[in-house]
Amino acid sequence: MNASFTAEELQFQEDARQFLEAEFPKDIRAKVEQRVRLEKDDYVRWQKILYKKGWAAPNWPEEHGGTGWTAVQKYIFAEQMARFGAPEPVAFGMKMVAPVIYTYGNEEQKKRFLPDILASNVWWCQGYSEPNSGSDLASLKTSAVREGDHYIVNGTKTWNTLGQYADWIFCLVRTDNSVKKQEGISFLLIDMKTPGIKVSPIYLIDGTPEVNEVYFENVKVPVENLIGEENKGWTYAKVLLTHERTNIAGVPRSKVRLEKLRMLAAQTADGNGGTLSDDPIFKNKIAEAEIQVLALEYAELRALAAVSVGKAPGPESSILKVVGTEVAQFIDELYMEMAAWQSLPFVPDQFVEGFSGEEIGENGEAATALNYFNNRKASIYGGSNEIQKNIICKAVLGL
Amino acid sequence: MLQDSVQKFVHRHYSFDDRNAIIDSGSGYSEQCWQLFAELGWLTVPFREDDGGFGGLATDMMVLMEEFGKAMVVEPFVPTAVLGGGLIAALGSAQHKEQHLVPLMEGKLQLGAALYEASGRYNLASVGTTAKRDGDHYVVSGSKILVLNGEAAQQLLVSVRTQGAERDEHGISVVLIDAASAGVHKKAYTTVDGHRAAQISFTDVRVPVANCLGAEGEALSALRRVVDRATLCVSAEAVGALDMLLQKTVEYSKTRKQFGTAIGTFQALQHRMADMFIECQLARSIVVMAAMKLDSDLTEQEKARAVSAAKSRVGRAIRKVGQEAVQLHGGIGITNELDVGHLFKRVTGIETLFGNSDFHTARFASL
Repeated sequence: MNASFTAEELQFQEDARQFLEAEFPKDIRAKVEQRVRLEKDDYVRWQKILYKKGWAAPNWPEEHGGTGWTAVQKYIFAEQMARFGAPEPVAFGMKMVAPVIYTYGNEEQKKRFLPDILASNVWWCQGYSEPNSGSDLASLKTSAVREGDHYIVNGTKTWNTLGQYADWIFCLVRTDNSVKKQEGISFLLIDMKTPGIKVSPIYLIDGTPEVNEVYFENVKVPVENLIGEENKGWTYAKVLLTHERTNIAGVPRSKVRLEKLRMLAAQTADGNGGTLSDDPIFKNKIAEAEIQVLALEYAELRALAAVSVGKAPGPESSILKVVGTEVAQFIDELYMEMAAWQSLPFVPDQFVEGFSGEEIGENGEAATALNYFNNRKASIYGGSNEIQKNIICKAVLGL
Repeated sequence: MLQDSVQKFVHRHYSFDDRNAIIDSGSGYSEQCWQLFAELGWLTVPFREDDGGFGGLATDMMVLMEEFGKAMVVEPFVPTAVLGGGLIAALGSAQHKEQHLVPLMEGKLQLGAALYEASGRYNLASVGTTAKRDGDHYVVSGSKILVLNGEAAQQLLVSVRTQGAERDEHGISVVLIDAASAGVHKKAYTTVDGHRAAQISFTDVRVPVANCLGAEGEALSALRRVVDRATLCVSAEAVGALDMLLQKTVEYSKTRKQFGTAIGTFQALQHRMADMFIECQLARSIVVMAAMKLDSDLTEQEKARAVSAAKSRVGRAIRKVGQEAVQLHGGIGITNELDVGHLFKRVTGIETLFGNSDFHTARFASL
């Protein structure tokens, strides 16, 4: 682990920058800058460009289409992506189900699913949480009963992000009620077009239907869609959750947002003839956030260094999840404080493509409270921050 | 008595579903409820007896607003009765009062106060909107942001500069402008917390000189006093809403089962709810302090300090209690279907109104 990049790494940084400059679609970039919500097509189009370049899946093993980059290269690439506001691949396929398939799936499944994930031909969503199983995920009740060469699935999944776009869903289902709750769970892939599946949007307080409830009523799923062994799903899911957490620190995005915040503060009137950059309290708050991001960045680099010498991502990744989400939420607060009165208008439509009315506020000011509200989810999802602390207590501190 | 009467009203007319329907309605508030406010005498609470009111005590407004906060009442009580009516009561002539306060208290007049500008942040002295004398009229030009109740307001109380440079303390006047005047352009919207507001621009609007409230150019100190009363009101409203957030979180923690037990049995969560309780109590205490000081014969400076102390401290309680209520509810806490997310949005909105915690801490320090 070094504090500065080598000549090769600097060259890679320049290559990545040039690629993004040339290939990241200008219209998507404009949307990101104007805080217009991205649609399915935006994500897919950009992801396919990355695929063409061979850069769609930096974290995958090379044999399945990964880039073979070092940890530092991955880090540099993520930073350049954030700098351009380029959206990360939607995590559910690329970062969540794919690692489970290439680690625990059979050859047939790898051939069937991985190429379409890599090429972004298929949109995946997640079927983990249930209305009564949140932090206590292992208590889930959605059942899969074997009948001949099919499972019959019944139950309800919730907090299903962007499920309205999804072609496939990966689910944790209960296949055995007679054993300890963790030992009766299986990992099942389900085609969303199967009869008996209903998707119903849940509106969040920022006005978006970002998440859904998914209902399964006697849904027939071929047994060949089972990953690994029956009743071993919990083990696979835990691996997936660790992957989800290592991607959750969001350092590059937080750094870019802080840079932009500093720039906007220099343009925002303080009401006394100066700008917010002259306001020592606001300046200190930005500095506090920057310092926290620096500490987080080096915590992440240390974790990456450990992985690069062959250690599996461990429970230390819980630190990244807790601090990464908290600092992102603190930055949300700073944006809202900067916007002051102009954080209050509730006009979510002005951040949707095709809005033709009169805009309220400048530089997305009227999106700042909405972002603050929406992003309270970050400390709740992916294993809530309380669950992360349980993991630290149990697995690290031995309590 | 006041508390009892609001609680009865809420019980009969203001369920969470009622409120949602009101917000979705064209006007964004219920005219029927507003008439009840008038009949029950609530619209007289902010006014002194010699102005025809109930007494004008801050402690009474506090009681009323706290109950409004619990039910997340969206009717424009603060913009019409406290800010608009307050400015007329503080600055207006007997004729202004007769003409406007009487219909206001009868529920027949809606007001909006256009006091803040895009480059002024929370500074009431930052007034770039000009009023130039032309015979027996002013010609008003400029624009104001986030005028609460700006859409429904029939009359607007607008801070204008009749003299001096943009941030001078002298030279600020408050004029009454008929919202239907030529040159008034409103861009109305709903706010994140379900209220209505508008950004309003004035283009060469002709206003009779007689519509200037009080001595020309000398309105700032009254303006600050009235905004302080409104600040106290929304702080008290937050106290009510925060109490609801705590109560709902505790209830939820007793019924939500994970790991085979109610989550309220986990000590880690119990301590966090105990912290929320402490925050709620401190917020309540400092608002009581400020209300009592406003009703006392302390100096204006001491009253202003008390209000800033309250708003600053309540703002910190809002951050803490609001975020914890959502976190302890989990995902359901940020869904539209549950009232918790809406309480969270309302208190967050209040945090910004009339200056956030940092602004009021700095003001407290400077006074």
